[in-house]
This record gives sequence, structure tokens and C-alpha cells, in this order.
Amino acid sequence: MRYGRAPEVLRDLSFSLAPGSFHFLTGASGAGKSSLLRLIYLAQRPSSGLITLFDRDVATTPRNELPWLRRRIGVVFQEFRLLEHLSAFDNVALPLRIAGQKPDEYRADVAELLAWVGLGARMEAMPQTLSGGEKQRLAIARAVVAKPDILIADEPTGNVDAEMALRILRLLVELNRLGTTVLIASHDQELVRRSGAPVLHLVDGQLTS
Amino acid sequence: MSDAPAQDWSRWRPAPLLPRRDGRDGSLVFVVAVLCFLACIAVFAALAADRAARGWGEELAASATVQVRPRAGQTDSEAAALAAEALAGVKGVSEASTLDREDAARLLEPWLGHGEMPEDLPIPRLVAVDLDPAAPATAAQLNAALAAAGVDAIVDDHSRWLTEVQRAGALARAAALGAGALVAAAAAAVIAFATRAGLAARREVVEVLHLTGAVDSFVADLFQRRFAALAARAGLYGALAAVISAGLVRLLGGSEGFTPALPLAWTDLLAALPCPLLAAIVAAAAARHTAISLLRTQT
Repeated sequence: MRYGRAPEVLRDLSFSLAPGSFHFLTGASGAGKSSLLRLIYLAQRPSSGLITLFDRDVATTPRNELPWLRRRIGVVFQEFRLLEHLSAFDNVALPLRIAGQKPDEYRADVAELLAWVGLGARMEAMPQTLSGGEKQRLAIARAVVAKPDILIADEPTGNVDAEMALRILRLLVELNRLGTTVLIASHDQELVRRSGAPVLHLVDGQLTS
Repeated sequence: MSDAPAQDWSRWRPAPLLPRRDGRDGSLVFVVAVLCFLACIAVFAALAADRAARGWGEELAASATVQVRPRAGQTDSEAAALAAEALAGVKGVSEASTLDREDAARLLEPWLGHGEMPEDLPIPRLVAVDLDPAAPATAAQLNAALAAAGVDAIVDDHSRWLTEVQRAGALARAAALGAGALVAAAAAAVIAFATRAGLAARREVVEVLHLTGAVDSFVADLFQRRFAALAARAGLYGALAAVISAGLVRLLGGSEGFTPALPLAWTDLLAALPCPLLAAIVAAAAARHTAISLLRTQT
């Protein structure tokens, strides 16, 4: 994988994530974690190699079919990427609106999920008024509301204290128990250790574990 | 489980996925409103030109002019009177009246100037013929009646002028409609430009929508609806301004409209009614086309 004519950021990678598995992705800054996640959540196509997602070759899947694959993937972005002009409720409802659900169909689910992540009292709050931890939980709620088959989280505990990080980890583990395949990129070695989950370790664009 | 207070869902509506306000909206509404104003004025001009051409045409078609040449031993007044009498009896003629020397001289004023005509200047004697608008007599019928009465005369049924007037009217209509079409194209270009700028400014939002599974048409719909609503508002402002301007001119111009040359009826102002809808349709099409084209260039 390379961007334009720049040197390769990922090379000779070969791994598979079994349905319902839980993995951590670790590595130093610049090791290629975010690039690998971008490939998996279909923000980027590989410049070479084969990526199979839901039995489809990502490189050859027509562009107009990618949205349907993306709907099966929930993403917690490193910088949250919440829509600042939407309330917490509307941010979480976004994947369901995109999937074509009517407000009457998703209202109760979104309210329940917000309560589940501890934001039931802040449904009308705008993202800029939320703390780092609240934004993180809101981003997680948005990523899981459509019950994705895969959840990708890029440094989901990067902006919160240790207690909140543990709480978020418990939340992700609970999702995994419900059947979602989870892949978390993290610098937080303590979190990785406590989870006991298998680790994919990236060094200079290659897996070493 | 839930820490949520009781939520009043009855008044809740999902928020628009694009931010409600954009700093450029004001300028865009102004530019499109000006274009809509110009388009409405062009349409009013086309309607007025059409009405003027039809009026002139009807006027010309409902009259004829006969130039009388007295025979030997006949004064020109006698010849004109004889011609008027002969023409008055023709079916399809409402009235035939002679124009005396002063009337004829007045007709020549644009060419010969105002003032005394020399007595010996040969001024043709004319007979003005008003035709029945429902079934006007033809030039051949008038010629036949004059020949039967033994009058030497030339009949001008204004057909040459009628063709010219109709051609000028059609040209004025085409020019006004062409100007309207150009203005619509300019509005579409402005909206396309604004859509590109909007997509660039909202790249972050668009990318999140895409990564959340939005198809191109879903994203394009957002821009389409947004710019259609803006253009409808601009169209309303532009149409209102055009109606007020044309209404003022109509009031100041008296019962004949802009000027006697361009008569605008009050009902013509209704032509501005579809402007907001048409502006919205043009904007929606331009925004959708631009958005889809741009989105297809992305991953």
C-alpha cells in the first residue's frame, strides 16, 4: 500500500479476522495502523495485493457497491469526526438515516443506545459542548447503532483517562459478545494487556506478531 | 439502564444533514435573485413585443390605402370621391373615406417637414379604407370594384408592412426568450459553482456520510434540496422585484403599458409566477449534476 509515489506504508501483510473475533492493532506512530484501518473500512483502495471483505475483493468491487459494504462496518475515527452541526442524537442516528430508516423506526433504538453509553441526558447536546470522553462514547454509539458486522476503532481511548478507557473497553467487549468482529488500534499497552485479546503488531508497515 | 429525562418527541424532527447556514448563502441568493429578475423582465418584454406586434398586425390587416389618379377632365377630389363611393359598397369594407389635401400633406410631414406646401406640389389623393376585421375584403376585390367604377387607382393592402411587422415581432420575442434562456444558463452555472464550493467546504461531512454508507445520490440529494430551496427563495425575490418594477412602469405608462410601442397588460405580470419553481428546478438539476460528477471522482 502506498500513497501516490510515496514509499510503501504497508507491505507483505497477510492476516484474517475471523467473524466474531476481537483483536488489537498496535505499533508505533507512523507504523501504518491508520492506513491499514483505512483499507479495512474502505476509505482507501489497496495499490496492490488482495483484501477480501465479506467475500468480496475490495480492489475490484465496483465503486457503486462499496456503500453497501460500508454499512456493514462501524468505524470509530481517531478524531471522532462527529458532525458538529448535528446534536448527539442526530449524530448517532446518522447511519440509520443513511440506511433509509424513518425517524419513527430509529428513535427508540437511538435513545436507548445513547442511554447505554451514558449520554441519555445529553441527547440534544451539540458535539462541541461535550467532553473528550463524551465525544468518544458518542462516536462509538454512532459506529455500533446499525449493528455492524465489523467494528473498527482507531485509538478509541486516546483522548480519555484510564477509568474512561476501561469503561470504553468493556463496552467494546460487550459488543463483541453480541457477535460483532472488533479491531482496535491502540497505543495503550495497559489496555491491550488487560483485555487479553490477540494483538497484531505493526512495525514499519509489516506485521511482526 | 436509561439516564435520559422524558423526551418530548412530538416536536422533534431530524436535523438537516448539511449545516442550515452557510456564509455564502446571502451572496448566492442575491446573484440568483438578480438573474431571476432579469429573466422575468425579458419575459415581460417578450409578451409586450408579442402584444405590440399583434396589435400592429391587426391594425394593418384591418385597413387599406388607395391612391387615386384622376383621369382626364376629372379633378382629383372627384376621382377620390368616386373611388370612396365604389369601395364603400364592397363586401368586407366597413368604411371608405377620402383624405383631403391637408390630411395627405400631414402624412407627408415626416419626409417634407412641417409648414406650407407649395400649391403646385402634386400630392397624391388617398382613400382610407377600413376593412371588416371578421371578413376583410381582399386587394383583388378592391381593385375590381375600382375598375368597375372606372377609377384609376393603386390599392395598398399593407401586406408588405404586415409581413415586416410580424417578422419584427417574432424577432423581438425570440431575442427576449433567448435572453431568458441565457439568464437561466447563467443561473445554472452559478449554482454549479456554488455546489462545487459547497462540496469542497463540506468535504469532511461528505466523507463521513460516504464512510457511513451513503450512496452518491443520497449526498447529491442533500445539495440538490439545499440549492433548490435557496434558488426558490431567490426566484421569489427576483420575481417580486420584476413584478413591482414592471407594475410601476405600467402605472406610470398609463393604459398603454410601458409605452405605446410595448403595451404590457396587468395579466402579463402573472408570467413571473412560475419563476421560483423554474429557478428551483434549474438549481436542483445543476446541483445534482455537479455533485454526482464530483462524487464520482472520489474513492
